[in-house]
Amino acid sequence: MSDILADGKAAGTAPSDGLAVLESQRSTAETFGIPLAVLAELTHRCPLQCPYCSNPIELDRGGSELTTEEWKKVLSELAEIGVLQIHFSGGEPTARKDLVELVQHATDVGLYSNLITSAVLLTKEKLSALADAGLCHVQISFQGNEPMVADRVAGLKNAHEKKIEAAKWTRELDLPLTVNAVMHRQNLHQLQDIIQMAVDLDADRLEVANVQYYGWALKNRAALMPTLEQIEESSRIVEEAATRLKGILAIDYVVPDYYALRPKKCMGGWGRQFFNISPAGKVLPCHAAESITGLEFESVRSNHSIAWIWQHSEAFNRYRGTGWMKEPCKSCEFREIDFGGCRCQAFALTGDAGNTDPACTLSPRHEEIFKQAEREAAAHQDRFLYRNFAGGTLETEGEHGA
Amino acid sequence: MALSRNISVSEASRPKLPRHARLKFDETRQVWVILAPERVLAPDEIAVEVLQLCDGVRSVADMIDQLTVKYTAPREAIATDVIAMLQDLADKGFLTEAREQTS
Repeated sequence: MSDILADGKAAGTAPSDGLAVLESQRSTAETFGIPLAVLAELTHRCPLQCPYCSNPIELDRGGSELTTEEWKKVLSELAEIGVLQIHFSGGEPTARKDLVELVQHATDVGLYSNLITSAVLLTKEKLSALADAGLCHVQISFQGNEPMVADRVAGLKNAHEKKIEAAKWTRELDLPLTVNAVMHRQNLHQLQDIIQMAVDLDADRLEVANVQYYGWALKNRAALMPTLEQIEESSRIVEEAATRLKGILAIDYVVPDYYALRPKKCMGGWGRQFFNISPAGKVLPCHAAESITGLEFESVRSNHSIAWIWQHSEAFNRYRGTGWMKEPCKSCEFREIDFGGCRCQAFALTGDAGNTDPACTLSPRHEEIFKQAEREAAAHQDRFLYRNFAGGTLETEGEHGA
Repeated sequence: MALSRNISVSEASRPKLPRHARLKFDETRQVWVILAPERVLAPDEIAVEVLQLCDGVRSVADMIDQLTVKYTAPREAIATDVIAMLQDLADKGFLTEAREQTS
């Protein structure tokens, strides 16, 4: 997912409106103040099997999930220490039977709540109950603009149709809607139609997020990696649409970092402005952090407070700031700008989370990895490895392609 | 459809914050904030004062009258500033117009 808060785009708007993005005005960088928003991954259970799922390969089983009471205690504690927004995510958060109760509790303690959902388990009654409980914003993921591509990517029949229906209910209930479109080689040709779909659904925002390659997505990289031509075309399409749809649809665009020159400022920097809580209660600097072996993450079930874990735990401090850096990051003029990129990607691609993210052209591994991605994109190996609790299931031959 | 969200502010408007924008005092950081999808914004003092008047009942004309008395300033000057500010907020999606229930 993209940075939750305070990117340069909003900060750069006209000063006359009396608004400033809070993060840019009051930096958390020096003090590691409590983040403004937290991601609560309520469960890893999900009816979809998307091959780029951002959940870890080692999924938390249903039996290890925090109970309703435990989540409520977490929400109260978050509000108390200064968190303002809570994103209910998963897995599929609506797979939790207590979601309405948790949203109501978030409202009661003053948290602004956002639901990040695949929407296939929603009914109009359920959504209406969530709205009554104070839900502020709904974000629905789409895998394409029509069922052929979308249902195949999701690994679930009729998923697309259900999503469209749920998006319409969202607007009927006057809830703001964000369409979240995850893009890769096998659906980028639909980008123009996906933008139109978001307009037709009366969405407020569209997130065009190119797949980021760790965890499941890294296993599926050969099937997902776009070509450079596709990226250039999609950047052009997004730019044109953003201008044309100003005031109608806001578009956030995340490029795949393999084709960037500088790495992304992942999570706004490790342990600087974001944490998430896993289904089993681990407090993590990013949702993929558990993929880095050798780091111990504290749990909300431990004797430590969440504020203590954020400030003092070893895992959060290991890659905070710039002190941990080696060359070429250590003396780089951009070290305070991107913080060396993504720790999880550095670990996945180089075996050491303390290395420079290979997405950076200054990484000694950049050239090699970029070339490999280009080769994979050109090879048309289109079969998916679907995400599931069994470690993944390879798509049946003949199912893919039209 | 999206037109319902693009309001044009005049003295007759009765603006209010839409459901997805919450104005709140942040006790931890001791600042007023607007909570919106994927954003937390810090309105300045004047914006907070005006936003607090936006309850969907009070008209912009009433707000201007109220502020004219409070700041003993020419009504015309206040009106220009307030309408410009509200229009800006509306364009960014932080204000909507109170509308009749249709169902």
